[in-house]
Amino acid sequence: MIRLEKRPQPSRLFSLATPLLAVLATMFFGGLLFAALGKEPLTSIQTIFWEPLFGEFSFFYRPQLLIKGAPLILIAIGLSLGFKAGIWNIGAEGQYIMGALFGAGVGLAFYPLEGFYIFPLMVLAGAFGGWIWAMIPALLKVKFGTNEILVSLMLVYVAEQFLASMSLGLLKNPEGFGFPGSRNLQQYESAFNGDLIAGSGMHWGVVCAMIAVIFAYVLLTRHRLGFAIRVTGEAPRAARFSGVNPTRLVVFCLGISGLLAGLAGMFEVSGPAGQVTIDFNVGYGFTAIIVAFLGRLHPIGILLAGLLMALTYIGGDIAQSQLGLPAAAIQVFQGMLLFFLLALDMFTNYRLRFGRTEVA
Amino acid sequence: MDLSAINPILFVAGFLVAATPLIFAAIGELVVEKSGTLNLGVEGMMITGAICGFATAVETGSPLLGFAAAAVGGALLSLLFAFLTQITLANQVASGLALTLFGLGLSALLGQSYVGIKPPRLNDINFGPLSDIPVIGPILFTHDIILYLGIALVAATWAVLKFTRAGLILRAVGESHDAAHALGYKVVRIRTLAIMFGGACAGIGGAYISLIRVPQWTEGMTAGVGWIALALVVFASWKPWRLLLGAYLFGGITQLQLNLQGAGVAIPVEYLAMSPYVITIIVLVILSRDKSAAPACLGRTFHASS
Repeated sequence: MIRLEKRPQPSRLFSLATPLLAVLATMFFGGLLFAALGKEPLTSIQTIFWEPLFGEFSFFYRPQLLIKGAPLILIAIGLSLGFKAGIWNIGAEGQYIMGALFGAGVGLAFYPLEGFYIFPLMVLAGAFGGWIWAMIPALLKVKFGTNEILVSLMLVYVAEQFLASMSLGLLKNPEGFGFPGSRNLQQYESAFNGDLIAGSGMHWGVVCAMIAVIFAYVLLTRHRLGFAIRVTGEAPRAARFSGVNPTRLVVFCLGISGLLAGLAGMFEVSGPAGQVTIDFNVGYGFTAIIVAFLGRLHPIGILLAGLLMALTYIGGDIAQSQLGLPAAAIQVFQGMLLFFLLALDMFTNYRLRFGRTEVA
Repeated sequence: MDLSAINPILFVAGFLVAATPLIFAAIGELVVEKSGTLNLGVEGMMITGAICGFATAVETGSPLLGFAAAAVGGALLSLLFAFLTQITLANQVASGLALTLFGLGLSALLGQSYVGIKPPRLNDINFGPLSDIPVIGPILFTHDIILYLGIALVAATWAVLKFTRAGLILRAVGESHDAAHALGYKVVRIRTLAIMFGGACAGIGGAYISLIRVPQWTEGMTAGVGWIALALVVFASWKPWRLLLGAYLFGGITQLQLNLQGAGVAIPVEYLAMSPYVITIIVLVILSRDKSAAPACLGRTFHASS
């Protein structure tokens, strides 16, 4: 007879070990999946996890790690603050799109003017775009008690339609021969978010992601607000008695996650993507949810998880071109990771007991 | 703009069709939530059902077998959620999100070779002379069996929840799992069954989109219907008949914006296409003041020792 017994304290060992175990389990079952698709499992896993870092063309892929990791980390840091407090913003994808649209909109409004102030203004606009989009679920939750999960998610679909409308209409390149999509910001120097050190992949978004990690770490460990977030998540009633204002917490958590998602979108559209197009968003807002949980909602953990997830994106692309592994297989692979993580997390809070149940 | 291009009879018949996927997904989720579990994976189970149903219907040539396969596919996927939340006691919100992310990927993987194929058609039920009645005939009596099954399912769910012992036990588990456990009911088993029922219903709903409403397979084709279904359960205050009403309301809006797109209204297509989502938010705001109808144990993890 096996039964679960609640631990008096969550296990620190398992808290650190579950992400690693989950990655290993995902590699194993992912390998089975790839085998079922008729690919050599070991080669596939090696292509995904080894090739981008140490393979023949790693000089090309390593910078990609930062480029793909930065938006994931930036968004996941914001989400983790809310998740810790039990405030579920799952519409980061929409906030990401709105940040990109606001940022690119400001940049394009100045075209073809050159000036040092244009890029900072775009950053502010991007942050504002994401923040205002997240304020909709925040204020509705605070004023009317509306479920923030559903509202933020619905707003993703609204933002996607808005993006379509913008890239086919207002922001369309007037010299683009009728093709949908905006001017390419990579060719507009004042608005281009290029590598700070050529060829390193280190753009302003990466810097911003680093700052966000440090900011979140300090907030959670050293600041009263971080304490309020942690207490609210673990014991909402205790939080109320200790004087936490839930309204302000909701507005703060949703606001900061929207702001960071907006920044991520803005840095992406002005740098690696370069252009507002109908499908420039590739689901970072949703993958960031996996990153946040894989990083155990801890800033340092999220940093590592973001890089790992970026690795699966890059490795997935390589596996797609070299082995013909379908893109969707990588998506399944990432989803699997979250499953194993959630399942194995049981060992953090419970321990298995073997033997007969004694009567209490 | 030419509003006269919209045929009111075809419009009403169309919105009954548009509402059916919502009815299935939402009534399944209603039962799940009544048992005290919040499964946010409806979208993932729907899209998995959509491709399972589509693939089976194409391979066997039988749409009805397709719907059966969709129900099985949705229920199997929901078992993953049941395992996470009932056995390993994981957070229900996170597990539901995982289910949706996984389902979207899985369906894209399964559906690769089915893009651009036309599925076999499910014939409408032959009502004989009834379908020749002016106005009412074409609206009510020109549909396939699944659409009527959806309405019957709402009625059956209402009756089971309200009048039967099984319904009473289900509600008891949702209102107070500790009390139900103390009375000797198997909380985990009952919830797992409810989750599987929800998965099967969501699967059928998804297959209705890919086999009848559209009908073809494209990646991510459920486009948020699963999430609207979740909102619909809140909208309906966990009452089956209000859920039916809500589904027709949303079906009507979806159909109306499609018809307006077709009629070439001066509003851009994108703004029409976002309207169902915006209206969902507005409705949620209006109705979320009253939370008293929610099952008391909704979203709470049950562990027999605590």
